[in-house]
Amino acid sequence: MPREKRASMSEAIERIQPGDSVALGLALEHAIPFAAGHELIRQNTDELTLIGPISDILFDQLIGAGLVDRVRAAWVGNVSAGTGYRFREAVESGSLAVENHSNLSIALALQAGAMGVPYLPTRSLLGSDVFDESDLFVEAEDPFSGDRLALVPAIRPDWTVVHVQRANAYGDAHFWGNAGAMNPAVGAAENVIVVAEELVDPEVIKSDPSRVAITREQVAAVVECPYGAHPSPLTGRYNRDNEYYLRYHRSTDTRAAFDEWADKWVRGVDGRAGYLDVLGDPGNLDVSEPTVAAEVTYGR
Amino acid sequence: MAGERGYTDRELMVSAAAREIEDGDTAFVGMRLPLIAFQVAVSTHAPNAMAVYESGVVRDDPADGFLHTMCDLPNLDRAVSTTGMLDIMSRLQRGDIDVGFLGGAEIDRHGNLNTTRVRAGDREIRLPGSGGACDIACMANRTVILMAHESRRFVERVHYNTSPGHGTGGDWREANAVPGGGPVALVTSKASFGFDADGELYLRSVHPGVTVDEIRPDFPWELKTAEDVGIGEVTTTPEPTEEVLSLTRRFDPDGFWTQ
Repeated sequence: MPREKRASMSEAIERIQPGDSVALGLALEHAIPFAAGHELIRQNTDELTLIGPISDILFDQLIGAGLVDRVRAAWVGNVSAGTGYRFREAVESGSLAVENHSNLSIALALQAGAMGVPYLPTRSLLGSDVFDESDLFVEAEDPFSGDRLALVPAIRPDWTVVHVQRANAYGDAHFWGNAGAMNPAVGAAENVIVVAEELVDPEVIKSDPSRVAITREQVAAVVECPYGAHPSPLTGRYNRDNEYYLRYHRSTDTRAAFDEWADKWVRGVDGRAGYLDVLGDPGNLDVSEPTVAAEVTYGR
Repeated sequence: MAGERGYTDRELMVSAAAREIEDGDTAFVGMRLPLIAFQVAVSTHAPNAMAVYESGVVRDDPADGFLHTMCDLPNLDRAVSTTGMLDIMSRLQRGDIDVGFLGGAEIDRHGNLNTTRVRAGDREIRLPGSGGACDIACMANRTVILMAHESRRFVERVHYNTSPGHGTGGDWREANAVPGGGPVALVTSKASFGFDADGELYLRSVHPGVTVDEIRPDFPWELKTAEDVGIGEVTTTPEPTEEVLSLTRRFDPDGFWTQ
């Protein structure tokens, strides 16, 4: 029997240690593991390095909670409103180190990690200050064509945390909808935490192996957490709660206001069920006009 | 608000941005107004256009529902494909993206854009960063820039070059191994601009009700016009048609992006 890795959210997140590097929020605005991030805040796991292309407001929340020393990302803010006030204040006060990437450079760094190679080349970056003002990237000449390229060194996160539609207790997961940089981040990580909307029997996952985005090898824990990606959307399940992002923007412009927000939504609740109690019924976000995929047949 | 003209600045910007998408183009669509502009273009003059989004979405038609972000479920529902970022960025790196859309807090004479950090007096203000903008700016065959028209955004040289335009002009892109074609147009809330053979910004048209003399002082350098670069006179930007306005309001029913 394969090893079962089912865990509660608090058990799973306890495994992440202060000082670890964590990739999350990888599918861009889609399927952001907010419930897992909020558990990091409750456990006060600090000195973290956060990795991701854009994070929408999850990085801003972790930074606001004082947990983050360093960010390796292409964009940090609030997609609905622009600025992430906690990120901005942390950078401007000098308490947060930022490694500026483009979306492609962060995806390539993770892909290099996933492939087990030290770097990957790109035709992006050269000519920009993302390249010129960074000591991370290196310009090199392609030994075959002589072309000038930028080399992007591999990133191997200690942890990648993802939110998916369904997984089994071994850590194999189905995911659908746009994936952003999730696949390279899972491949590059030392350990993976899978948060699933729903835990299902292993036979369900094996009935559709082409939909499997994550296999069990690196998975350290599997957590069932309905609505765990709210306020971000999850394909086939629930829509983005746009108003939540706008309210977050309006209510976190000062440190004191952020603390009030965090006390209400994170520190003052014992998990996602408590968060949903504060939110009220999110049922109006549920997918109301489902598109059912054509049946897929495997067999022998 | 719409006011006497019957449309807002942003509705006119959507209309102008949509016209920058040609039929058959593959467009790299980012955040905000381009989300609406692609849907207008594919519903009107560019039925064979495709849109790609760095999140991993590929679409060939408007979404059935308002798009706050590229990952809103209506944008994924009945998409051509939902895939990953490396798939989309690979198309960009191969040179397959005809037109990409960009925005910025600052733009300079040669169309370089800053979305990373700006100076305000003796302070520096941190902005969100590149996202996919640097990649689009480097590698799309052509880019179109959309910005609010505010004089503080027009600077002699950007404080941080997040997304390279024509650099310092001339053959700068080639000399710096930047493969795409760079910016061809800037659309602000008051005027539309092109880039001349040297990669320098020039005034192409003013939006209805705006004069050339009103535009000039907003720039810290002597702004060139269509006349100066020898392609005729500064014209008036066409107003959005009734069809375009009605589509814009269908795709943005509460006016979140365009009112």
